[in-house]
Amino acid sequence: MLNRTVKAAVVVMTGALALAACGTNKTESGGGGSASCDQSKGTLTVGVIAPLTGNLSALGLGIQHSAELAVAEANEKCTVKGYKLTVDPEDDQATPQVGAQAATKLSSDSNVVGVVGTLNSSVAQTVQPILAGKKVVQISPANTNPSLTKGDNLDAPKRQFPTYFRVCTTDNYQGPDAADYLVKKAGKKKIAIIQDGKTYGKGLADAFAKRAQTDGAQIVDQEQVGEKDTDFSGVLTKVKGANPDAIYYGGEYPVAGPLSKQAAGLGLNVPVMGGDGIFDPKFIDLGGKEGDLATSVGAPTDQLDSAKDFVKAYAAKGYKDPYAAYGAFSYDAANAIIASLAATLGDGGTWSDSQRDKLLTNVGSYKGNGATGSVAFDQYGDSTNKVLTVYQVTGKEWKAVQTGPFEG
Amino acid sequence: MGTLLQQIANGLIFGGLIAMVALGYTMVYGIIQLINFAHGEVFMTGAFGGLAVYSWLLPPAAQQIWYVALPAMLVGGAIVALVVALLMERFAYRPLRNAPRLAPLITALGVSVFLQEAMRIFFPGASSAVPFPNAFISAPLHIGSVTIPASGLLMLVVSVVLSIVLETYVNGSRMGRAMRATAQDPDTARLMGINPDRVIVLTFAIGAVLAGVGGVLYGTYIHNVDPYIGFQNGLFAFAAAVLGGIGSIRGAVIGAFVIGLIKNIADIWLPGGTAYDYVWIFILLIAVLVFRPQGLFGEVERVRA
Repeated sequence: MLNRTVKAAVVVMTGALALAACGTNKTESGGGGSASCDQSKGTLTVGVIAPLTGNLSALGLGIQHSAELAVAEANEKCTVKGYKLTVDPEDDQATPQVGAQAATKLSSDSNVVGVVGTLNSSVAQTVQPILAGKKVVQISPANTNPSLTKGDNLDAPKRQFPTYFRVCTTDNYQGPDAADYLVKKAGKKKIAIIQDGKTYGKGLADAFAKRAQTDGAQIVDQEQVGEKDTDFSGVLTKVKGANPDAIYYGGEYPVAGPLSKQAAGLGLNVPVMGGDGIFDPKFIDLGGKEGDLATSVGAPTDQLDSAKDFVKAYAAKGYKDPYAAYGAFSYDAANAIIASLAATLGDGGTWSDSQRDKLLTNVGSYKGNGATGSVAFDQYGDSTNKVLTVYQVTGKEWKAVQTGPFEG
Repeated sequence: MGTLLQQIANGLIFGGLIAMVALGYTMVYGIIQLINFAHGEVFMTGAFGGLAVYSWLLPPAAQQIWYVALPAMLVGGAIVALVVALLMERFAYRPLRNAPRLAPLITALGVSVFLQEAMRIFFPGASSAVPFPNAFISAPLHIGSVTIPASGLLMLVVSVVLSIVLETYVNGSRMGRAMRATAQDPDTARLMGINPDRVIVLTFAIGAVLAGVGGVLYGTYIHNVDPYIGFQNGLFAFAAAVLGGIGSIRGAVIGAFVIGLIKNIADIWLPGGTAYDYVWIFILLIAVLVFRPQGLFGEVERVRA
């Protein structure tokens, strides 16, 4: 009996060795595998805070895996000398309070060099001060609410946290971009606005409303729905009474999809438009109908020349979940942290908390060519990349109908 | 005027849904004085049960024919809800039958969280909302200026029919009499040859079947389900049961329709609009309880030895 077990173990070990040998061969032919990197000084961590479970997990898991991809590539290329990098993904369940716990956990670990996240602007509001307290750099791939960087008064912007950066553009460009498209290009003049009352949804809806009115449209109705509501017949009846020719929704796809379908069910067959929060295949699964519109930050990942390598590498890693709307941004955010870390440590530096100031300065002046295009930050920590894309549901898929930088 | 009629129609549909869940609350409370907070989750598992039947058991040809698919889903949803409720009764509540009342109440909260998380983890794709097939006529009905989704009308009709059947059963049948007797006084009922355990199991079973059917119809109406739909609808159903007088079948149904109507009326005509419709529901609940603590149709709490 014992004999057999030993034999089995030997077989397994031989197999494992053979596999390991194959592995090293492969990476060596690719020019310097992880085995050849000097990782003697230990492990440093890139934290990820995103909703990994719950309704928004499709977006959150894309963020997590894309950051993992950036870290894996950095390890293969020995980007940070002397250290091995890992990813510590923390679930925020799209809830500010849970996000705060995740931020506390990550910020109390001195090996965490920086954090990629969050997805939700509302979660970012609680995460920002916690990470800032420990001088942990945070780069968000997806927060689009302008107040996170510039404060509540956009006419007198003031940087909120020196540790906070983002690689995507903001709702004070996204909302107006949507308004320009819906009013000027699609010719919708009577628009009803529904939003979910959260930091992101409300901010986006307000930015949209302001621009739509200056563009000459009439806001015929404004409504708020609960984030956990599922039956929208009440709201939609009221909206229908106002007779709009389009609905703008400030919020995310778990509400927007069913909302669009229920509107059609009540005979309100007008396009629903939203921001990057509804730009997800799940929106269509959950009831988004033909002709619905969304704006999203950046250019479409699969059509972007700069993202080709990212898309290929992501596919090669075989992650279970797609990179989704923010994958490319997350990849760029993680790379910004990694490159700045490499610059901070140089060839022989040792990581300690005292390096955090230098890392922050390096992130602030970081300039790179990422998957989403050129990546750099302005004096508020906002991305200098203001490219936005309008998508439309055509044949059960989101198709880009207009891409370009937002100007004025 | 058109808007008012439309909102009344929406309110009645929503009320019909809540009634199917509220009946389970009120019956279980009537028999064993347990507020079964996990009942909303029975509703949720029923919805997922219907979805499982549709996605995994029905051949694609049958999926297209609603009068094949929908009954199969309803039966599947009811069976899943029934099994969950019976297991819950057997393993969570029966061991606590003679414990202080607070113990089963807290157990109910625990069961509720357990069922939500189990569904989220083990049902494929349920970590976020799952699309629910439209297993009924998809064209809405137009009655004058009012537009009603066919699935909504179905939900209302099924709910009213089942409530009437249940009321007749409890008032007319032998087993119904046993239920009323156990509710009045379990000890004397036992002396009269009634097996209270059987009555309690039957009560859970009836509540679960109603909730399971409600879950499947709800999925058909809303077009998607997630593991947390039981919480919010359960809360409304609990409020409906309390409003109508917990323990009363008629009260639960009427309470559910009152809540459905208030919610939809508040959406349009009361201050705060749709963001504050909950507030008005609970203000009404408090107002009723101030003047009639036993609810609209409830009986004054009996003091037992």
